Amino acid sequence: MRAAVRVAIAGAVLLAIYALRLGVEAAFTEYVQRIILLAGINVILAVGLNLINGTTGQFSIGHAGFMAVGAYGAAFVGVKLAGPVHGALGSGAFSDAIVFNLALLAGALFAGVSGLIVGMPSLRLRGDYLAVVTLGFGEIIRILFNNAAFLGSATGYFGDDPSGLPAYTNFFWVFAWVSAVVVGIHNLTFSQTGRSLTAIREDEIAAEAMATPSTRLKVTAFAISAATAGIAGGLFAHMQAGVRPEDFRFEKSIDMIVMIIVGGLGSISGAILGGIFVAVSLELMRDLQQYRLVLYALLLIVIMIVRPQGLLGTRELHHLLRRKKTAQPATPTESA
Amino acid sequence: MTQFLQQLINGLSLGSIYALIALGYTMVYGILKLINFAHGEVFMVGAYTGFYAAGALGVVGFEAHNQAFPLYLALLVLIIAMAAAALLGVTIEFLAYRPVRSAPRLTPLITAIGVSLFLQNAGMLLFSPNPQRYPAILSEVRFEWFGVIVTNIKLTIFAVALCLMLGLHLFVQRTWTGRAMRALSFNIDAARLMGIDTNRVIRSTFAIGSALAAAGGILFGLDQITINPLMGVLTGLKAFVAAVLGGIGSIPGAVVGGLLIGLAEQLTAGYLSPEYRDAITFLILILILLLKPEGLLGVVRVEKV
Repeated sequence: MRAAVRVAIAGAVLLAIYALRLGVEAAFTEYVQRIILLAGINVILAVGLNLINGTTGQFSIGHAGFMAVGAYGAAFVGVKLAGPVHGALGSGAFSDAIVFNLALLAGALFAGVSGLIVGMPSLRLRGDYLAVVTLGFGEIIRILFNNAAFLGSATGYFGDDPSGLPAYTNFFWVFAWVSAVVVGIHNLTFSQTGRSLTAIREDEIAAEAMATPSTRLKVTAFAISAATAGIAGGLFAHMQAGVRPEDFRFEKSIDMIVMIIVGGLGSISGAILGGIFVAVSLELMRDLQQYRLVLYALLLIVIMIVRPQGLLGTRELHHLLRRKKTAQPATPTESA
Repeated sequence: MTQFLQQLINGLSLGSIYALIALGYTMVYGILKLINFAHGEVFMVGAYTGFYAAGALGVVGFEAHNQAFPLYLALLVLIIAMAAAALLGVTIEFLAYRPVRSAPRLTPLITAIGVSLFLQNAGMLLFSPNPQRYPAILSEVRFEWFGVIVTNIKLTIFAVALCLMLGLHLFVQRTWTGRAMRALSFNIDAARLMGIDTNRVIRSTFAIGSALAAAGGILFGLDQITINPLMGVLTGLKAFVAAVLGGIGSIPGAVVGGLLIGLAEQLTAGYLSPEYRDAITFLILILILLLKPEGLLGVVRVEKV
């Protein structure tokens, strides 16, 4: 019964997104539509990164690397799958959708596995090693893609077709994935596992004393976070003709950190707002390109000194609106 | 064999630069348990200060007259850069790190990332993003010993680094401030109760670490010929790995780690492929975290509640 209700809700959400897509594509110019798509991708990135940086309190500063793995993985798998799937199902919107979503899942899988590889050695330890390891990973993965001949080296990967990668990404798929990621991460955050993650953030020794398997949970959360960055990467890859190594420079990781810090570390609704903020502010500051990162850097420092918990802190918007006495993820009694 | 010796010499001179930078990471981490992400950028600013100081002292004029830049002026360049970097390090500590010192661990870490990012991009605005050729404050002389080419620059790098590290060792072991630093890294609260002005000692730690990084920056410029505003990112990361390899918090460990990373990088470049010279550092970091996270010379610390 409950399962049926959930399927019905999911169907209704997808229908609503489909209807919205028709509206958005009729009402806005290509340029505005692109910003909306980027905002959606940012939301996936921010909500995913917030799981590890905010909820679990382990700081990754190289998430652009996982996004790159997902982008290249999805692009490559998509190109290789297109032939067989089109052969079996004929070419059309339906088989395109199958290829695209399988490619995105493959990208998420690649990114998740690289998250495991990076996370396992560095998350065993307490301290800030994850920050350094992820910083190194983000740099190294770009060097690897720069040198990988079968992925087009420094010019980037454009598939086998001279016109580049197929433009699968549209409003419907971006926001269907946004809903899936947001709901998934929300349910995880407010589950028993999520509370264990928060416990690790608050006091790892105390959490371990309460029999929380902290290393395993940290690595799992990190791999999930990397996988969501991979999904975002796959969506990003199919928005343009190809994926290039320089799309995933250190600045991209910084953009993601700004998203979650502006909104509030540990808050899902904060991450959503932060993702939108960065997408819009990137466009508004396009003419000030060389000052953008200086401003972001100052923003980070000032927020840390003045209001380290960010705009929302660990609160969620819908909790504030419900006017319960400040419900925090540490005591999520009503949403369990 | 000749090639091996050649890589060994290059590796040791590069490694002593990493060691100089790693000292700053390890000293700050030892006391504040903070990865000072901005340290790589202090190294970069040090290199640029040397660049402009040499320009102001007219190093180009000497080149034009085919005269060597006098040694005392080269030393002056080094001292100016070290003083400027020390000032920068102390300012960063005062403006950005001190206000968040007692906050949860993540807050100073994010602040440090912010400072690093700020200096990188301010550097690109101030110094132009293009690489600059480093002024020849030492004119190169080549020797050949048993088929191995050694330049006076490599020897100078090694000698300067060695002198500075010896100086640091004496300072930390023999002076009052050095002893206070050791006390702080042992237990900062107990040190405060013993009447040590912790703020002053932390300030000197930042000043010394930053000055050493600036010396590293000038030596790096001499060695690698060009500098750019993003040079601190990868070099800083490598120096940090050197500090972890040697055992973070340990001063001799930083020196050993720096030399080993320099050697590993040169040997990879020489025998495998130059493209993987940056990747090898990362591989070493992963291995050390898996096998011996306390580092080669570090002590295992028991976590107490």
